[in-house]
Amino acid sequence: MDSRNIQFMFWGLAVAWGLLAIYVVMLAARENRLQKQLESLKRILEDKQ
Amino acid sequence: MEKNIRIGIGALAGLLLLRNLYVILFNLPDEMAQGPIYRIFYYHLPAYFTAMCCYLTALAASVLYLTKRDLRYDALAMAATEVGLAFAAVNLITGMIWGRVIWGIWWAWDARLTWALICWLVYFGYLMLRQAIDDPSERAKNSAVLSIFSFVSVAITYKAIEWWRTQHPGPVLSFRTGKQLIDPEMERMLFTNFLALALLAFVMVTVRLRQEDIQRQIDGLRRRAHAL
Repeated sequence: MDSRNIQFMFWGLAVAWGLLAIYVVMLAARENRLQKQLESLKRILEDKQ
Repeated sequence: MEKNIRIGIGALAGLLLLRNLYVILFNLPDEMAQGPIYRIFYYHLPAYFTAMCCYLTALAASVLYLTKRDLRYDALAMAATEVGLAFAAVNLITGMIWGRVIWGIWWAWDARLTWALICWLVYFGYLMLRQAIDDPSERAKNSAVLSIFSFVSVAITYKAIEWWRTQHPGPVLSFRTGKQLIDPEMERMLFTNFLALALLAFVMVTVRLRQEDIQRQIDGLRRRAHAL
């Protein structure tokens, strides 16, 4: 079997998994950022009140 | 409770994806003409179907927003579109890698590929439009109209392999052709992997929706902080 065929198959599978993994990491990072912003705003409001 | 359900469905999707990867790599035979590269289809096609489901969800949510004017539908349309774009990117790039081996080229400007790219760009434009409008109601209204028009590109992409003679392979799945053109075991795996990716997409959309809810809370608190 052509070794390039197997090599490209692995690249294809790696791209499929990799892209979705990158999106999951981006979602988690956004979640962290938003939670931090929310907590900080709540603290600011408590201090002001 | 809601978080536990999300984690449960996410874990189920992850386990199913791992199980499918094992079966795809070690249990299913090579395709006679293409060799091992055909295994890319187990991600290429299901990713496309998942993206289509996301765009369909965005269409329904956009119509619901325009009729009910509830911002939760706008958030759903945005979340489904963003997740759909991620899966459409998987579809496009895996297709290019397959094309490089089978056709000897990364890209062909045939009807199916071109429309798939146009579809991706149109929905990317939808997300860009949202960034450009500050007023939530105005943003939701304009985005909903664009999302409804954008769905035309999804329908054309789907039908392109029937309407035009394309370099892209024609329909092979039994529900479209009415015949069994590929091995039933291979077709079953395509649908099993679609189920896994669809579950993953569902979790991603719910996470993105939750983030929109947090963003609304942040905007509200900011307004209160300015008013004090």
